[in-house]
Amino acid sequence: MTIMECAGCTLIAYGVPFSMFVFTIAHHPFRIIISMTSAFFWLISLLVSSLLWFAVVPLRNQLAFAVPFAVIFQEIFRYLFYRVIKKAEFALQKVQMQELTDKGMVFDRFAVAYAAGYGFGFISGTFAIVNVLSDMIGPGTIGIFGHSQDFFIATAFLTLCIILLNTFWGVIFFTSLDKGGIHRLIGPGIVVLTHMLFSCITLLNRKSQPLYSVSLAVGYSLLIGMIIYTLMLRGFTINNIRQRMNRD
Amino acid sequence: MTELLHSQADNILINDYERSDVAVLPDVAIIQTSTTGENVSSNAATASSHARVEPVDPQDHETTRRHRRDGNPEEQRPLNNDHEEIFKYGASHVVKLFVPVSLCMLIVILTIKTTSSYTPGGATWAYTPFTEDKPTNTQKILFSLANTFIFMGFVITATVILILLYKFKCYKIIHGWLILTTLMLLFFFLYSYFSSISASLNRPIDMITICFLTWNIGVVGMFCVHWKGPLRIQQAYLIMMSALLALVFYKFLPDWTGWLILGVISIWDLIAVLCPKGPLRILVETAQERNEPIFPALIYSSTMVYMITAVDPPAEPEFTPVSVNSTTAGKKSHHLDLSLFEKKQFILVNVGEPLTDEQRNERATIRNNNARRQLIPRADVPQTEGRREPARYVVERSNSPVPDDDDDEKGVKLGLGDFIFYSILLAKASALGDWNVTIACYLSLLIGLCLTLLLLAIFRKALPALPISITFGLVLYFSTVYIIGPFTAELSTGQVFI
Repeated sequence: MTIMECAGCTLIAYGVPFSMFVFTIAHHPFRIIISMTSAFFWLISLLVSSLLWFAVVPLRNQLAFAVPFAVIFQEIFRYLFYRVIKKAEFALQKVQMQELTDKGMVFDRFAVAYAAGYGFGFISGTFAIVNVLSDMIGPGTIGIFGHSQDFFIATAFLTLCIILLNTFWGVIFFTSLDKGGIHRLIGPGIVVLTHMLFSCITLLNRKSQPLYSVSLAVGYSLLIGMIIYTLMLRGFTINNIRQRMNRD
Repeated sequence: MTELLHSQADNILINDYERSDVAVLPDVAIIQTSTTGENVSSNAATASSHARVEPVDPQDHETTRRHRRDGNPEEQRPLNNDHEEIFKYGASHVVKLFVPVSLCMLIVILTIKTTSSYTPGGATWAYTPFTEDKPTNTQKILFSLANTFIFMGFVITATVILILLYKFKCYKIIHGWLILTTLMLLFFFLYSYFSSISASLNRPIDMITICFLTWNIGVVGMFCVHWKGPLRIQQAYLIMMSALLALVFYKFLPDWTGWLILGVISIWDLIAVLCPKGPLRILVETAQERNEPIFPALIYSSTMVYMITAVDPPAEPEFTPVSVNSTTAGKKSHHLDLSLFEKKQFILVNVGEPLTDEQRNERATIRNNNARRQLIPRADVPQTEGRREPARYVVERSNSPVPDDDDDEKGVKLGLGDFIFYSILLAKASALGDWNVTIACYLSLLIGLCLTLLLLAIFRKALPALPISITFGLVLYFSTVYIIGPFTAELSTGQVFI
């Protein structure tokens, strides 16, 4: 039974991201490397946040102190990764593009933004859920001593939410910075604000009788909002979509 | 063209004593003779004969292209080519190395998690004689340091012996050593692996089945690794051997000793490859002077290679120095493929040359690879010996007449020692049971590998594969265990998502 639960939660949390990987990233080595590097940057940002949490000893139990800083550090490292990508692209532009195109290596900004967001999200979700999954597969379950019985399934859905949110945040962040102008402030601003909102709402999960429905509802509505904003940034409008649908 | 002929003549003269074993044959014949066992010992001769044959073939447009390009000095290459080549064999080759490294680590971790016989503790072995059951931490550190120095002593001795053997041209000894190592690895370790698996899973297996399995797998392994075989099977055997060896290491290395050894061996790798008096560098330079390919030893390569690689591993089971075969058309100024692999692995980037996968854990194996196509000149293919010595990278220069549209031929080589030490690091990281630590170390190892390949593409000379990855791995291991771990545990308990 525990194996079933573990398998179910794994598939909930990783089903969509794994399909995304298989269909969009797996056959493009460049995107794999971008995702891994972006995951590494997230890991470093987590290290910095943990150092801060570790250093401020008296506030270790007050996660409300550490979480906003963690969010801020993550976004700072996302921006740093953007700068690194820009430098690499600049170096690549010196290369003769023709041969690259022949080899199928095109510097696709959207793909890079997507892969970067995906990397961030995947490692973020993994660090949140993988220990829970390995505990889940052992004997016993949760909820016996008055704790909420929805711990596992809420974790799985929240993990899925954060992986997808991070993907879209990555796209919004990079695309807005590329666009320039007012978007340079709006895009990253929206990302930081929604990230902070989501993380602080999940702080509510710490209560002894947690209301997972609040975090889940907020998380998924934020996700829908991010999807709509991404589509707007990429130039899709209602008319566009309608035309496409009528064409097919 | 004349310079090419001149260099061919040089090859002939240098390797004259070895040529007596192999007659000068046309391409087809050479391929046939290379399939015989004799060629194992006369790999150098065949190498030279191959080198001789290359320019003669008029139908080989690639060699003719090569001839044309041989005239171009290096400086004529525009700067763009550097960037192109960085990017050409960039992403897909990095990923081609990610997959086998990940597979090896996966095998090791699965074995450790499912069986209990590969956990540390219990018997000690001769290379790390002191145990760590000491009362105080200071004593533990002292004895671990002693263990580390003894271990490194063995490594350095093996490397030096290999280099001496190579310098005094005792190729047969090296070949024999290599074959013996692979034999022991494939039969004895495999047998003990099967026994441990059956014991841990509580499933008795009769002696006949185990002997049958071991014999078949071992013999096919010997063929594939030392001689010819399908590429995937070669790669699979090399990965399997690395995993077996990493498991043995993991079982016998005490805890603190293991960490110290990982650190010290990265430093040794760095010194041996990059310092002017470093043993591996001497090996590479000697091979360059003689215009011989270094023994291709345990090296994992992602494509087929045409050349006959001789592997020369030292008899030391754990450490097989890797000699690098630098095959050039003659002049050093032409592409030099050096893969120097000491005990470990080195990464070779072959531009346009199919590479054979040769891997062996510790000893260099001599390989005679039948060229699939006779088009690619031998000189373009680096031969490397892989041993458990620190890995080196070898970069092929862009002068090689690699057809630009032939991405499949470009392969990357990584020494087996790198596989082994990466897997050991990850096995130790997973011993705690915390998957965050394992994933953090895995990611850092791969990113280190990525960075090393990038540096390889930029600097275009032999580079060690271990230092960057192991440094990242160690730093992230200790920081994840002591700093990130408690933080994420606190977050997970309350289901707070940052």
